[in-house]
Amino acid sequence: MSSNTAIYVRRRITNMVAMLLGGFATLLGLTFLVWILWVTVSNGISAITPTLFTKITAYGAQGGLSNAIVGSLIMDFTALLICAPIGVLAGTYLAEYANSSKLGATIRFLNDILLSAPSIVLGLFVYVIIVLPMSNMTHGAISFSGLAGSVALALIGLPVIVRTTDEMLQLVPGTLREAALSLGVPQWKLTMQVLIRAAGSGILTGILLALARLAGETAPLLFTAFGNNFMTLHPLDKMASLPVAIYQYTNDPNPAMHAIAWAGALLITMFVLALSLLTRLIFSRKKVSYE
Amino acid sequence: MQVPSTEPLARNIDARSRADALHDRIFRRTLKFCALLVLAALVGAALSTLWGGREVLFGHGLHFLSSTAWNPVEDDYGALAPIFGTLVTSLIALVLAVPVSFGIALFLTEIAPAWLRGPVGAAIELLAGIPSIIYGMWGLFVFVPFMSRIEPALSATLGKIPLVGKLFQGPPLGLGLLTAGIVLAVMILPFISSVMREVFQTVPTRLKESAYALGSTTWEVLWDIVLPYTRSAVIGGIFLGLGRALGETMAVTFVLGNSYNITSSLLMPGTTISSSIANEFNEAVGTHRSALIALGFLLFVVTFIVLLIARLMLRQLAKREGR
Repeated sequence: MSSNTAIYVRRRITNMVAMLLGGFATLLGLTFLVWILWVTVSNGISAITPTLFTKITAYGAQGGLSNAIVGSLIMDFTALLICAPIGVLAGTYLAEYANSSKLGATIRFLNDILLSAPSIVLGLFVYVIIVLPMSNMTHGAISFSGLAGSVALALIGLPVIVRTTDEMLQLVPGTLREAALSLGVPQWKLTMQVLIRAAGSGILTGILLALARLAGETAPLLFTAFGNNFMTLHPLDKMASLPVAIYQYTNDPNPAMHAIAWAGALLITMFVLALSLLTRLIFSRKKVSYE
Repeated sequence: MQVPSTEPLARNIDARSRADALHDRIFRRTLKFCALLVLAALVGAALSTLWGGREVLFGHGLHFLSSTAWNPVEDDYGALAPIFGTLVTSLIALVLAVPVSFGIALFLTEIAPAWLRGPVGAAIELLAGIPSIIYGMWGLFVFVPFMSRIEPALSATLGKIPLVGKLFQGPPLGLGLLTAGIVLAVMILPFISSVMREVFQTVPTRLKESAYALGSTTWEVLWDIVLPYTRSAVIGGIFLGLGRALGETMAVTFVLGNSYNITSSLLMPGTTISSSIANEFNEAVGTHRSALIALGFLLFVVTFIVLLIARLMLRQLAKREGR
């Protein structure tokens, strides 16, 4: 009898310890989140000044980040222009044409791998297939370029869009397809005008998620877009970007440069977190309309 | 009254369905081409790094894989130190992140009241949204000084333990393998915990309720029912985190110290494959550049295998559910 009580007590204590540790682990995770965000906001907000948006990085500690901001915007949206159509079409192929075929399964599987592949290797890939040949063809006149940077970023965004499009199209009820097909609508029309529209907000979520993901990437830009201390809008020039500028400023020994880096870090973090909030909003609205 | 002939109409329909069939074929081919681009991206990344690194990979061969030298002046390159750094930092990250992620998943599926699960889960996932360069800056300016204050205490306590103690002896630089491992752990935490949380929720309620009816505690249900049921997917989630940790660049570069060392102490600076590439690539020429691209190829192959295992493991659970 007493040995039974001992077992009960031990089990209850084990349970309580586990519950406490679980709560503690969650608290630990939240602590790091708050810590990182707090450090970024408190360091960044004091460094955000008008010069940040008006002066270029060539002025160093007396300058701003305007060329990096413009470069980032250009490259991020060019990347999106490249990867959004390809990603949506590829995702549509997986969901509508190759849902149960071997090729479809293979591509879906490899897309999931591309989703977490190291971004620095994708940067090397673009360096070897775009930067090197361009430099050889033009005898070094064009080497690193904003275009190469955009392609590298597009490779980061592509798998995100493919995956969400695929998943969202599979959520569209089959009756919708059958209804359209029974009216004699050809499949391409069905896909473009019925299915993609029905899954529209979900697909948009995927595109925004991809933007949030590629906007924060640094590693693939280091040896594709390289960086530039001056303002440029030409896609074949070396192009500055916010993450690369932050990387260079952080490596600088001058604390004034660090302050500018923190301001840039705050801009990127706000942009990325605002995007993910936006996607949540879109998605929750979508859920309501489906019910 | 004359009955209008149906022939032109029939011909019209015929032409129309032929055009539709043609458009369908073109459409289908376009879609397939886009899907194949995904394949091309992966194969291309492997082949291009293999090609770019051919001089070192095929020219130096085994020497490249087994040597600890990294000497751009004499063009003598060995990948052992970066490989060592990559594996050690990722291993530290896993050892720290797996139990914490498990705790978070436990909290979010079993302990927390329903109204708290949504916001806390979203907050943890926000960690995954923070760009890695921010982790790097926070690591360098905040966490490194923090670690340099903690490390003397680590050396004085853990450093005294026989055998394991060696890992924690060294100068309290703040920079080093341990710091990089901890930063990586925070980064992969949301990935592992969200996979765990998701798969824990797939366990049939009947199964859990049966265990509760027999008098199990929450912990026993989780450990003896939920975990065995989801084991393969949990391992898949851990490998997914490992894949992330192996390839992470920016966060590690700032806090690792970047020196080609193989040491027994975790407090010493080191280097990883990705941070070597990020630091040296733009100043490297010739063989040096080839060596760095070859490193990239190694990283790609290793992460590919790890992620392959992860996805296969995750798929096992999905299969059982009939998905």
